[in-house]
Amino acid sequence: MSRHPDTWSRPPFIANPWLRWATYLGAAIYVVWVVTTIPIDWERVAAGVERAGRIFGGAFPPSFERSQLLIDGFLESIRIALLATAGGVLLSVPIAFMAARNVAPLPIFYLGRAIIIVARSFHPVIVAIIFVKAVGFGPFAGVLTLVVYSIGFVAKMLAERIEEIDMGQVEAMRAAGAPFFSTLFYAIFPQIMPRQIGLTIYQLDSNLRASAVVGIVGAGGIGATLANAFGRYDYDFALAITIVIVAVILVSEAVSGYIRKRVG
Amino acid sequence: MSSISEQFGREDWSRHTPKQKARRFVIFAVCAAAIAWALSSIEVVWAWVWDSPQQMGDLFGRMYPPDATNLGVILRVLLETVNIATIATAIAVIVSLPVAYIAAQNTTPNRGTLWLGRLILVTSRSVNTIIWALLFVAIFGPGVLAGIIAIMFRSIGFIGKLLGEAIEEIDKRPVEALEATGASRLKVIAYAIVPQVMPTFWAVSILRWDINLRESTVLGLVGAGGIGIILQGAIDTFNWPEAATVLIAILVLVILGEIVSAVLRRRIL
Amino acid sequence: MLKITDLVKRYDGGEPVLKNLDLTIEGESVVSIIGSSGAGKSTLLRCINRLVEPTSGSIVLNGTELTSLRGGKLRAARRKIGMVFQGFNLVERLTVMENVQSGRLGYISSWAAIMRRYPKKDIRRAYELMERVGIAHYANTRADQLSGGERQRVGVVRALMQDPEILLADEPTASLDPKTSEQIMGLLRDLAGELKLPVLINIHNVAEAKEYTDRIVGMRYGRIIFDDVPSKLDRDAMDRIYSGSPHADRSDTGVAAQ
Repeated sequence: MSRHPDTWSRPPFIANPWLRWATYLGAAIYVVWVVTTIPIDWERVAAGVERAGRIFGGAFPPSFERSQLLIDGFLESIRIALLATAGGVLLSVPIAFMAARNVAPLPIFYLGRAIIIVARSFHPVIVAIIFVKAVGFGPFAGVLTLVVYSIGFVAKMLAERIEEIDMGQVEAMRAAGAPFFSTLFYAIFPQIMPRQIGLTIYQLDSNLRASAVVGIVGAGGIGATLANAFGRYDYDFALAITIVIVAVILVSEAVSGYIRKRVG
Repeated sequence: MSSISEQFGREDWSRHTPKQKARRFVIFAVCAAAIAWALSSIEVVWAWVWDSPQQMGDLFGRMYPPDATNLGVILRVLLETVNIATIATAIAVIVSLPVAYIAAQNTTPNRGTLWLGRLILVTSRSVNTIIWALLFVAIFGPGVLAGIIAIMFRSIGFIGKLLGEAIEEIDKRPVEALEATGASRLKVIAYAIVPQVMPTFWAVSILRWDINLRESTVLGLVGAGGIGIILQGAIDTFNWPEAATVLIAILVLVILGEIVSAVLRRRIL
Repeated sequence: MLKITDLVKRYDGGEPVLKNLDLTIEGESVVSIIGSSGAGKSTLLRCINRLVEPTSGSIVLNGTELTSLRGGKLRAARRKIGMVFQGFNLVERLTVMENVQSGRLGYISSWAAIMRRYPKKDIRRAYELMERVGIAHYANTRADQLSGGERQRVGVVRALMQDPEILLADEPTASLDPKTSEQIMGLLRDLAGELKLPVLINIHNVAEAKEYTDRIVGMRYGRIIFDDVPSKLDRDAMDRIYSGSPHADRSDTGVAAQ
């Protein structure tokens, strides 16, 4: 017979057999444990089919009768998104400089990073319910929420951009005897401006999306209109709102993508 | 001796041409007008706005010190939150595979399936998790199932879109080579397409799990299970010290999730 | 025996790329096709295994008419036609063994393919061929770790695993350095002899064509204008094949004239 081997098996994904089998076993146990312990009320779920029929039956055809309410809700969402983007981006610039390792002293760097981590970690809905409790129902809570949300994203991305800047330009300015703010305006801002504009437009789009959600917990905008319609079982109006939300998001995504391509 | 200004006939310089200046001015004016419109027409009680720093301070004052007496329950529900995110991500990953397959131009069987795939992706992506949760709570009643399905519905669009793009960007030459060996469609997929999209598949799955961990913390606010229910309860009863504990727990969970996904990404890719 | 008669290929109503082309390959000869870029060499090769759909004409391989096959019958016919590519066309993220075994995909079940449960005789055959070309020790290495010459050896073994009745090679050495390129050409010639396999090679390098093949077919603008043993390829024939083309590689002419 031939001296060549006639068996072959693919090199395993995890080389160590103990670790491999422990991973498989661990995953299997986890799945079984979750599936058996998860608290699901199956009787209530079984009633869901019938309820789904009622909801979808009630939702069709979508009702645009109260279109004034719909338009008002949207205008409010747009206002919230605009103000939150303006405020969030303005605040993001100093925070981004604080959180950039190459320009900030260590204690300030840690403070900047901490602000970004906290802003990023909490879902806007959680931030919204806290602001609603603190400053009352309505769009102002929504603006504050989305300012925090904007800082979490814009300041993080901007800080990363600042860490990548060419320090040679900064040195050149300093060598020419430029004071701090001149250095900032001539050596650093030109390098981060294109990214900043792109981020701002992206964040405006994100904020518009998020403003539809924070309204559900009382922070104003179209989300509040949607939550109300849902609460009053006006499923036809809720569907109309959802359709408009989806349409606006698609348009805003396309516009934002177009502008970013032009600027980028 | 002629001065430089005489040589060049001018001593003023401007970075932008008049046309550029006009364009920049218009863009600036539009932005300013938009903000002015938003500020003037937004319905807020300005007294509340001026009052808000004090209110915020007050709120955080009432949160301190955090009350950890319910920590056992909080941790148990936090684990349930992780389970919701993990199970929903796992199911969404599996469901999104065929969706990505039909939504990618180079693998979809025909135009009809291509548009079906894109319709599924757009619907799933454009509706936020919380809105999906509202719907499923209405259908299945409050509880984790509504949360799992809501997260699943939102994730399918996200994963499916990115995977579909990865399929569209594969190197087509191995596909051609395997077709030339007489391999059937299924085998070409298994040998030439799947290995090429595997890295994206893992990266996208891990990224979405990380996002879902965050999203699952708020499902409870609309009744769809997880830590949000406890947070809502604490806030409704003005139990601010406990709310503070829950917030800290969420912060730790999200940061841990980010570390775990960073480690996984580095190990797998 | 491969018999091509009156083959025409036209892309989307443009000028035909192949114009009423006839070509017969008998026995186990190594045949090279030369011609400038755009002469239709690659299209001709791809028409044979139907990676490109011929517009009209007939291609018969050992009694099977290939141009009218569909579905399962086309796949069964493709199993018998091995192909080696210019860009190797390996699946980079799979191991060498998986790439080699992918030549058997037309023979094994989908389940065996997906689970990587290859038949024992296929594995033995793979090791034999891999050792023959000097890559057996790479069986468990991922294809993207290999050098160009090693990758092309994997490509050759993959094609041979198909147990082909003919081997097509589309510019198999164009992505390789000169030394490796000669090794691969020598390998193709030797394997053709050992396995009693006809080989059809598209090639840019006329010197290699003359040294390693038994017969040279010269193409120009979709037609065959030269078909003879390498020694008959003189300066005049070279001029006819490459003249009037902006892509003509004049350095080849110099080598050929030696």
